[in-house]
Amino acid sequence: MQQLLQQLINGITIGSFYALVALGYTMVYGVLKLINFAHGDLFMWGAYIGLTGLSLLATLLGGGGPVSIFPVAVIVMVTIALIGVLIERIAYRPLRSAGRLAPVISALGAAFILESLARNIYGASWKTYPTGLVPAGRVALLGGVRISIMQVLVLAVSFLLMALLYLFVYRTRIGTAMRAVSLDHEVSRLMGIDVDRIIATVFLIGPGLGGLAGMIVALYYGSFDFTLGWIFGLKAFISAILGGIGNIPGAMLGGMILGIIETLGAGYVSPQWKDVIAYVILILILIFRPTGLLGERVAEKL
Amino acid sequence: MGNLMERLRRIPLAWQIGLLALAILLPLPLNDYYRAVLWRTGIYAILGLSLNIIVGYAGLFQLGHAAFYALGAYTSALLNLHFHIPLVLTWPVSILVAALFGYLISRPILHLRGDYLCIVTIAFGEVVRLALVNNIFGITGGANGLSGIDQTVLFGLTLRTPLHHYYLVLFFLVLTLFAVRRLENSRLGRAWMYVREDETAAEAMGIDTTWAKLLAFVLGSGWAGLAGALYVARIPVVSPDLARFIESVVMFCIVVLGGTGSIPGVFVGTLGMITLPEIFRFLKTWRDAWMGVAMVAMMIARPEGLWPSRRIRMEIRGEEEEAPPVPKPPVGIPQAPLDDLEESDPGESDLSGEVEELYTEEAYLRELLGESGQEGSEESTP
Repeated sequence: MQQLLQQLINGITIGSFYALVALGYTMVYGVLKLINFAHGDLFMWGAYIGLTGLSLLATLLGGGGPVSIFPVAVIVMVTIALIGVLIERIAYRPLRSAGRLAPVISALGAAFILESLARNIYGASWKTYPTGLVPAGRVALLGGVRISIMQVLVLAVSFLLMALLYLFVYRTRIGTAMRAVSLDHEVSRLMGIDVDRIIATVFLIGPGLGGLAGMIVALYYGSFDFTLGWIFGLKAFISAILGGIGNIPGAMLGGMILGIIETLGAGYVSPQWKDVIAYVILILILIFRPTGLLGERVAEKL
Repeated sequence: MGNLMERLRRIPLAWQIGLLALAILLPLPLNDYYRAVLWRTGIYAILGLSLNIIVGYAGLFQLGHAAFYALGAYTSALLNLHFHIPLVLTWPVSILVAALFGYLISRPILHLRGDYLCIVTIAFGEVVRLALVNNIFGITGGANGLSGIDQTVLFGLTLRTPLHHYYLVLFFLVLTLFAVRRLENSRLGRAWMYVREDETAAEAMGIDTTWAKLLAFVLGSGWAGLAGALYVARIPVVSPDLARFIESVVMFCIVVLGGTGSIPGVFVGTLGMITLPEIFRFLKTWRDAWMGVAMVAMMIARPEGLWPSRRIRMEIRGEEEEAPPVPKPPVGIPQAPLDDLEESDPGESDLSGEVEELYTEEAYLRELLGESGQEGSEESTP
């Protein structure tokens, strides 16, 4: 029982990473009906830019310390958000009316450019984050289950961001416009919504969150390499599908469920097969319930 | 431009023989490195042509094609290692195993469309790769793969040099070309293209769309299995790297960059994705980036591909038909007379545009339904 609870906490932590990245997939899919294959690599770039920022701050200020995480996180979010908007402008906007195959290929192309740049700039070796930025202690909870301070922080930040995003999408004018655009571009335009601007906003928020998630993941695990984006990206995409793609609460739920299933699978079945479990879940959902858990939209012809 | 491409596309027999002669003579003055590059080009051209059946003709997004390539290679390697079956005899088994997996994997996912299909095929590809890495059933040798496979012996001749293997691959490439051309102009080929253009309409016209899509997957996968077996014929080591996602993407790009559904396009794509990066080694470290730039730029500037098939170009560019699409003559195959369409030869007709349009539509429908004289020409061998 104690072990199960411990696994659940680990699973929710990993799930919150998936959820943060899945939000980017699901929002873009909502407005453009496009799988943004570049999203996973933007996430990976978040980890690299975070690394550069942290080491820069450390050399400039000497030491740095836990406080340096905050400004670097802001820099990461802004940079990745801008790269996201840039990709939308260059690779996706010209193809908005180009049919079904072209944007998917363009997205894959953008993903390859980002990945190759990372490999050639930072090298193919594993990178490690400076240690000691977050206190290493563990807090005991009920029944002997322990949760690390890192996990507490990760969960707090993730849930705060998700709550903010939820309020933004469902309680503000821009959020309402976003939901309108995801239903119908033309009618939204007739209602006076600047569709291009809304799509650009989506590409600010999604990659911004994804980039931050990249930095958090790198902090949590301590080390990463350029393949991080591909693996995490695919898992996050599975989360988005699991929850119902295009559906924002669905992405959060899907991420949590996938994180928990994967951790339990690694703990009780076999760690080598945990990725296979995730892929099999994806295949089963798409075969039997392509709308996902919370999705209403029927899988449509792209 | 369009006319030039059109003329190039209907390459006459003399040109075909010339190209074949060139392909045979080309490696002779080269050293072994470039002969190996040509061998690799041939393997990927076969893979591209096999994927072209799935992506190009039937319009199904398959981003896990490398899994079948790996399955074919592993089948050949395992049969040789465990049962000491000569490699040559394992080739048909490789095709069958890959085709069987193609059937099993595609059967439940055929109803998915567009990007959903694409993501499921990625997942399947990864499952196959991870199963190989995790040493499934204890026979795949884990991440290191299998080694110690015999050399290929063909009619008593041991294939040792890259040149031997190049000719072996060239033989199968020509065979593949012949097969896909026949396929393209067959009743099944037309059914695929109809499914690709409009699945609902195809179904309404009486095409069994599930069957057509299934056949595309099975044939394409099986042929990728052959490419895998040919790989093992020269390289006596197989590893799960054969099934990496990047391999699937390279194959996908070969089809798309050249122009989906276009046979010459596959060769243009192979040249760009495989041959050039191999020759210009400095491109190698940046190959992924160059691939990415090419993909984005192509989609923006020329979404129909570098050497597109005529129908796709018209669809994307929204061009009018330049000439009535009288049943495309199967290139290189002498055409049997089309009894009921013959007298309305477009070259001599003085029909007004409107009537011509009606005529072409009718002819197109007949062609798709296989009711025209075209049917007869398929059975007759040249």
